[in-house]
Amino acid sequence: MMGKDNMTLLDFRLTESNTIPLDSLAYHVGNTPLLPLRRVTGSLSPRVRVFAKAEWFNPGGSVKDRPALNIIQNAIINGHLANGKRLLDSTSGNMGISYATFGAALGIPVTLALPANASPERISILKALGAELILTDPLEGSDGAIMKARELAAEFPDKYWYANQYSNEANWQAHYVSTGPEIVRQTNGQITHFIAGLGTSGTFTGTSRYLNDQLPHVKTLAFQPDAPFHGLEGLKHMPTSIKPGIYDEALAGDPLEVKTEAAHEMVIRLAREEGLFVGISSAAAAVAALQVASELEEGVVVTVFPDAGYKYLSDKKLWERA
Amino acid sequence: MTTLRIPTPLRTYTGGKSEVTVSGAKISEALTDLTTQYPAIAPHLFNENNELRPFVNLFVGEHNIKDLQGVETPIKDDDKVMLIPSIAGGSPFPLKGEGSGMGV
Ligand SMILES: Cc1ncc(COP(=O)(O)O)c(C=O)c1O
Repeated sequence: MMGKDNMTLLDFRLTESNTIPLDSLAYHVGNTPLLPLRRVTGSLSPRVRVFAKAEWFNPGGSVKDRPALNIIQNAIINGHLANGKRLLDSTSGNMGISYATFGAALGIPVTLALPANASPERISILKALGAELILTDPLEGSDGAIMKARELAAEFPDKYWYANQYSNEANWQAHYVSTGPEIVRQTNGQITHFIAGLGTSGTFTGTSRYLNDQLPHVKTLAFQPDAPFHGLEGLKHMPTSIKPGIYDEALAGDPLEVKTEAAHEMVIRLAREEGLFVGISSAAAAVAALQVASELEEGVVVTVFPDAGYKYLSDKKLWERA
Repeated sequence: MTTLRIPTPLRTYTGGKSEVTVSGAKISEALTDLTTQYPAIAPHLFNENNELRPFVNLFVGEHNIKDLQGVETPIKDDDKVMLIPSIAGGSPFPLKGEGSGMGV
């Protein structure tokens, strides 16, 4: 794996906002608010604070704008998307929405393999943005979409450029140059713990590497679903999934585990007690962050809320609970 | 007998099988047969109160049992039933008739 020492200047373009026109969508990626949790934190020590990066403030509606933009910018610079080549990748939805958003803005055609049971909201948004969709067997989940994308990339190398978010270093590097520095700045360097969920692991890996370099005393922790069969959309149970190429097992250590039901309960609490209408993986992040915070006397715990609740509304039973 | 299709993450608990044959006149009976044959799968599908966990979706043909009669939904002998983790309310047939690449 390429270490951060090998990063070229190109990798730092995401923070170099002066290279991006002020009126472009890309200019508005990142610099998301860091919001305090105020009421779901009731039983914590008064000297412990918990914050979340509100990633739905990104133009494409999720944290995945950061890696998508970085991957696309690198691909353009390296000539991978010349001659009408299509950007191809597998996604559970959000990365696809980000690719399709910037692809539409930049005139880059996008093809996505995604599991057929992806939420109807995601599929509708992707169709609205004009992405070509290849739906894969729902029984195979996101790993089935990965296999399909690999197959297409191997079969049609002239038609597609395979972005491969699971192994593309520009994924975690986007977080190294944006999410990490933003968190340090927004906490005035007072962060003590960082925790993030694992999908491709880009958010966790990039942000943690930056924090470990800048503030080595900060504890960086990962969390994952508690079982292979779960409802935490966007997250992976690593022991039973295809391991992302960018996944750094030593950095992740022994990930905490979150049960889907705990996230479902939290998603309602965040909406009704904090006014934060977020997605399931955000709620899982809150559960994990509160667990870490509950063991502290003093500290500043930061997590990432990947997206808002809109794309999950079709799960009516979830939201209409008393 | 009804064929129940098992998603990849649950095949560890069905001895690697992607399809299991179950008997029963409704979903609840078919699931009881499944968990009798493969007890280790039970905690992944049911909570402590023996209710189906919220993210577990079952499709009889193209219909989610949540839109039918839940676990009381009747099944016939040659029905194909699919067990799928939700991804929020997702259906395995969202773009029916639009030439998708899905293997179902
Ligand atoms: C809703 C949601 N949560 C969490 C993640 C995980 O982020 P990462 O891929 O950076 O690990 C994703 C990634 O697709 C996502 O869509």
